[in-house]
Amino acid sequence: MKKINLICIGCPMGCPLTIEKDGSKIISVTGNTCPRGDAYARKELTNPTRIVTSTVAVEGGDVMRISVKTKQDIPKDKIFACVKELKNVSIKAPVHIGDVILENVAGTGVDVVATKGSSW
Amino acid sequence: MKAYDIVIIGGGPAGLAAAVSARKNGIDRVLILERDKELGGILNQCIHNGFGLHTFKEELTGPEYAARYIAQAAELNLEYKINTMVMDISHEKIVTYMNREEGMQEIQAKAVILAMGCRERSRGALNIPGYRPAGIFSAGTAQRLVNMEGYLPGREVVILGSGDIGLIMARRMTLEGAKVKVVSELMPYSGGLKRNIVQCLDDYGIPLKLSHTVIDIRGKERLEGITLAEVDSHGKPIPGTEEDYTCDTLLLSVGLIPENELSNGMGIDMNRVTSGPNVNESLETSIPGVFACGNVLHVHDLVDFVSEEAAAAGKNAAEYVMREKSAVQISKDIKSPIELEAVEGVRYTVPKTVNVDRMTDRLTVRFRVGAVYQNCFVSAYFDNERVIHKKRPVVAPGEMEDIKLDKSKLLEYPDLKKITIKIEEA
Ligand SMILES: Cc1cc2nc3c(=O)[nH]c(=O)nc-3n(C[C@H](O)[C@H](O)[C@H](O)COP(=O)(O)OP(=O)(O)OC[C@H]3O[C@@H](n4cnc5c(N)ncnc54)[C@H](O)[C@@H]3O)c2cc1C
Ligand code: SF4
Repeated sequence: MKKINLICIGCPMGCPLTIEKDGSKIISVTGNTCPRGDAYARKELTNPTRIVTSTVAVEGGDVMRISVKTKQDIPKDKIFACVKELKNVSIKAPVHIGDVILENVAGTGVDVVATKGSSW
Repeated sequence: MKAYDIVIIGGGPAGLAAAVSARKNGIDRVLILERDKELGGILNQCIHNGFGLHTFKEELTGPEYAARYIAQAAELNLEYKINTMVMDISHEKIVTYMNREEGMQEIQAKAVILAMGCRERSRGALNIPGYRPAGIFSAGTAQRLVNMEGYLPGREVVILGSGDIGLIMARRMTLEGAKVKVVSELMPYSGGLKRNIVQCLDDYGIPLKLSHTVIDIRGKERLEGITLAEVDSHGKPIPGTEEDYTCDTLLLSVGLIPENELSNGMGIDMNRVTSGPNVNESLETSIPGVFACGNVLHVHDLVDFVSEEAAAAGKNAAEYVMREKSAVQISKDIKSPIELEAVEGVRYTVPKTVNVDRMTDRLTVRFRVGAVYQNCFVSAYFDNERVIHKKRPVVAPGEMEDIKLDKSKLLEYPDLKKITIKIEEA
């Protein structure tokens, strides 16, 4: 039996989690305040993922850049590939919050969406 | 002179939530004054996710969180002026502002809500004599450059101070292709949220050196390198622990300080610990009808709490205006308020006084601790009796704490003069 300590990043409470593992099997997760902590611990030990945020250039808008995010969390090892693909993206104004900026980023099946709008 | 019921200074999350709440509580003539070119305050440059879990039950980025409130304000037809700088507020609540279209203007407010936010500390952060080459930025300035202007200020980065903005920028600059070599923190604990240490430093293998500071800066025109050293418990560098780093950029993330020039100008009673106004249970300052909320009151880590606090300020300001309008005579023999005192590990409390007649059924008292404590209790003494004794596995200066006071409980103590809040070790 192995004990692993993690900090839940599900929200800014940052609950200290303790996971008991037997081989590759997770026996228990404790220390979480809400169910998201349990889910986070299981995922972090098998397939860690993160939401990625960045910015892309805007053409002809009232701002130079707008902020974007991956619509869902993507595998941790795809973070740099994701940011790299976004470097080449430039979007034409107008843009609205939630508009898809880039589909299937880095082959993750996840879209990148705008988190800020820009008018002309 | 034009007159408004409530004038709100600052259109960040605090100002927006206060305005929405004031309107929902029945006040028509509400005005927000914002010096920037858009509403939303500092959230516009905080493009990372993690905002709004408490308020909206989903994880938003800063601009998305701001947009939710801006949409609410638009729906309620709230009046606002951007590119408008408030220059002065008089004791009689005459607000003087300036903008390009109108020049200098004065308006009369019945109530004022201060929501000016905070700015970054900079002075005193670099306690080293000598040259200041280019390449030294505050973390917030770097955040604006990268996120809003798409400009990467450097390639090899050292960050001094482990406040949240510094941690967030360590990740951001790494993703943008810079090499962040180390984050150095003078204190033996981090000033930022644990989750930011995990997902901004640990994820990218960026070392965090606690009890370390910058003791030397090299480079004439542009920064070329720095020297870090470990410090002892008095903050003095320990000889023999020096380590050299080459870098072209040094970011300072050494804390935030409420922006209170206007409050000082009005002669509001200020708190030396928070650098914000002292307020009562209604978030009202020492001047009746002048309220404060958000980072201008005390620095928050969580925008959700800013919105919650601001909504309370908006509601209280609305009630103040209604009371003034209906000219309800407040009984003169109103009891003197209960004082909240922060001792033994607790640095301050917001609010600082409580008038039981005016408080909500459940009042949130927020505070920060002065050091890291493990397996401790947060206790509240009603005069000499310990009434609240809440176990906490860990409390730290980087994370705001709170306790709740129940009105029904306070009513059981009619002669209560003082509530003392402290940390007790197990
Ligand atoms: C540089 C910086 C970066 C931050 N990054 C993060 C982060 O990454 N994550 C996080 O959770 N929190 C962050 N914070 C904390 C964040 O500020 C709060 O969570 C929240 O935005 C505070 O809201 P507020 O409305 O009180 O202040 P603000 O958002 O600062 O809004 C105050 C507004 O008042 C306006 N104002 C000030 N003075 C005047 C005047 N005289 N006349 C007219 N308008 C005026 C300002 O222009 C501003 O728009 C950051 C703070 C700073 C200073
Ligand atoms: S367990 Fe729940 S409350 Fe605790 S940090 Fe994770 S998401 Fe937040």
